Amino acid sequence: MSTHFNATEPAPNGAGEQTLLRVEDLRLYFRTARGVVQAVDGVDFDLQRNEAMVILGESGCGKTSLARSLLRLLPRNVDRFTGRVYLNGQDVMQLSEDEFRQDIRWLKISFVPQAAMNALNPVLRVGDQVAEPLMEHLGIGKEEALAQAREAFLHVGVPVDFLHRYAFELSGGMRQRVAIAMALVTEPDLILLDEPTSALDVLTQANIMNVLKRIKQEHDTSYILITHDIATSSELADRVAIMYAGQIVELNDAAQFFTQPYHPYAQGLMASVPRLRQKRDPTFIPGQPPSLLTPPSGCRFADRCPARFDKCDQDPPIYQVGERRLVRCWLYETESQPVPLYDTPVQEAHSP
Amino acid sequence: MTRYVLRRLLQAIPTLIGISIISFILVNSTPGDPIAVRYFDPNITEETKAILRRQLGLDQPLYLQYLNWFAGISLRRGDVVEEFAVGQTTCTYLAWLDTTLCDTQGGILRGNLGTSLSTKQPVWDRLLERMPATLELGLAALLVSLLVGVPLGVLSAVYQGSWFDNTVRVLAVVGNALPAFWFALMLIFLFGVVLGWLPTGGRQTVSLEMRFDPVDRLQHLILPTVILALGPIATYSRFMRTETLEVIRTDYVRTAKAKGLSPFSVWFVHALRNAMIPLLTILGPAITGLLSGAVVTETVFAWPGMGRLTLNAAFQRDYPMVLGAVMFFSALTILGNLLSDIFYGIVDPRVRLS
Repeated sequence: MSTHFNATEPAPNGAGEQTLLRVEDLRLYFRTARGVVQAVDGVDFDLQRNEAMVILGESGCGKTSLARSLLRLLPRNVDRFTGRVYLNGQDVMQLSEDEFRQDIRWLKISFVPQAAMNALNPVLRVGDQVAEPLMEHLGIGKEEALAQAREAFLHVGVPVDFLHRYAFELSGGMRQRVAIAMALVTEPDLILLDEPTSALDVLTQANIMNVLKRIKQEHDTSYILITHDIATSSELADRVAIMYAGQIVELNDAAQFFTQPYHPYAQGLMASVPRLRQKRDPTFIPGQPPSLLTPPSGCRFADRCPARFDKCDQDPPIYQVGERRLVRCWLYETESQPVPLYDTPVQEAHSP
Repeated sequence: MTRYVLRRLLQAIPTLIGISIISFILVNSTPGDPIAVRYFDPNITEETKAILRRQLGLDQPLYLQYLNWFAGISLRRGDVVEEFAVGQTTCTYLAWLDTTLCDTQGGILRGNLGTSLSTKQPVWDRLLERMPATLELGLAALLVSLLVGVPLGVLSAVYQGSWFDNTVRVLAVVGNALPAFWFALMLIFLFGVVLGWLPTGGRQTVSLEMRFDPVDRLQHLILPTVILALGPIATYSRFMRTETLEVIRTDYVRTAKAKGLSPFSVWFVHALRNAMIPLLTILGPAITGLLSGAVVTETVFAWPGMGRLTLNAAFQRDYPMVLGAVMFFSALTILGNLLSDIFYGIVDPRVRLS
């Protein structure tokens, strides 16, 4: 690959900004009975400290596989797992399984799972589960660890007497908060959030997003938020990555993206979001995403793209269309401004 | 908790009554009766046999026999007798019914399992006498089956698809399918006869002093334990393999891995405890199964336990002895199930509250 998203000039290190995570050509393929599934197929991006990046995409586009591969939580049927992942400048792909487990997991990168009900052990008290990484990684005694778990509970708004409860005794929102407390307790550099609010009601979603925002303000934490909920994600995001068929097709600032995205697929996604006081029906993207078993050659979105032309039969390179603004589409070989394809009234930018 | 246990114990009463009726009918429908099988002597006339049957009450209709066994009350039509008392039994003649009513102070309702027909000892005493041998064998087999079966199943799941897993799975099928009596004979032949390493049967070497010799007792225990544990080992290993495979695919085990916990914590703190919970539900009945299901093993190894006692009693049509043993094992089964439910509540907080 000649062009990587971050093979470009490094962003000028402004006010205390520094690169926390740099991912280059990450690939994760699975063996299945029907062939090799290319779940993550050459993903590149970078993330600054204290930045929140949201990865948007429809089901099966490889979002969760990407998150799992960052934490190296791989299933047994891995066919290929390659690429470079620099965390604070260190290529963690070079680490052995044991080193990765001891040095990276939960100390540097923690994880808030999708369904906190199933992600918490049913037979252990939630407080013990939150305190556990402290005891295992930092050798902190049980009492001290529980005291820190208590702090974490206060931080995310869980009553401290819940420390002694079991997961099944908590409501869905409380469980999700406990999962966030668990991810926070070791003060990691990066927290991966895999659809942290998708199983919750709207009010609880808003509460959880507020907790996440506050944590981001108070700590130096970076987020990677995986979701298909565009509206909710816009509250938290500094950066947006759009994933389609195992690849990132657009990487953009949130402010720019939510105003006018570049990639035709991203534009389609945005046009499909219903808006307040909108008269006409939301647009939808016709067709299905391609199978990841045998992705088509050329642009993977071509079959569904309203702007398809001859060049789309070839794999599009990644074009830089602004500072830290990249798009994988032939349209931007010549253009550097967004080419609107859908009849979408331009929205006011969300204030990030 | 206390209320729960009390409720369960109350529920056990109708169950036990039902068992007593069914087993009474079954035992009495076996061909022959205690008199027929015990007195082959052609010199004993049919008249003598009739008198003996009458003495035992076997000439009565089945429901009256049941009433006598169950409640200790016997009714005999037409026996004109004055009120009298023999031993603990008191009788009254009810003229309006033309029936003699006797209260024997016995019956299982009053906790009296009756008297063995073959030895005239109380059934309970005979059971009690044989209980230590059965407990010894049963506990040894339980220990061995858990210590071998559970690790085999867990390792089988951890190394799913490996040669180890495949071997364990094949052996589990074989272990379940092998007839215990045949395999027991093979082991006796190999280790007892050909190699001469282990005794061929009994609980200890017979001598005049019959002193307690732990080594000797242990040697006698090995083969029957292996035979008795074989089935449960196979069952537990298959069970634990399935449960472990299920648990290691759960989200909370993935969370534990994501937390970077040591493999020890992931396996023992997070996975194994959850995988073991369902085992408890089969463990309660299994314990009673080991105690009562040792009939074949005890017989092959001439082990002086309750199983062999029951089998011999059945051959002799010693009805009270067989029924007593059945009732004892039934009560044990109910107790075992209750205990496993209580344990279930202890290890699984979700069950504790509801």
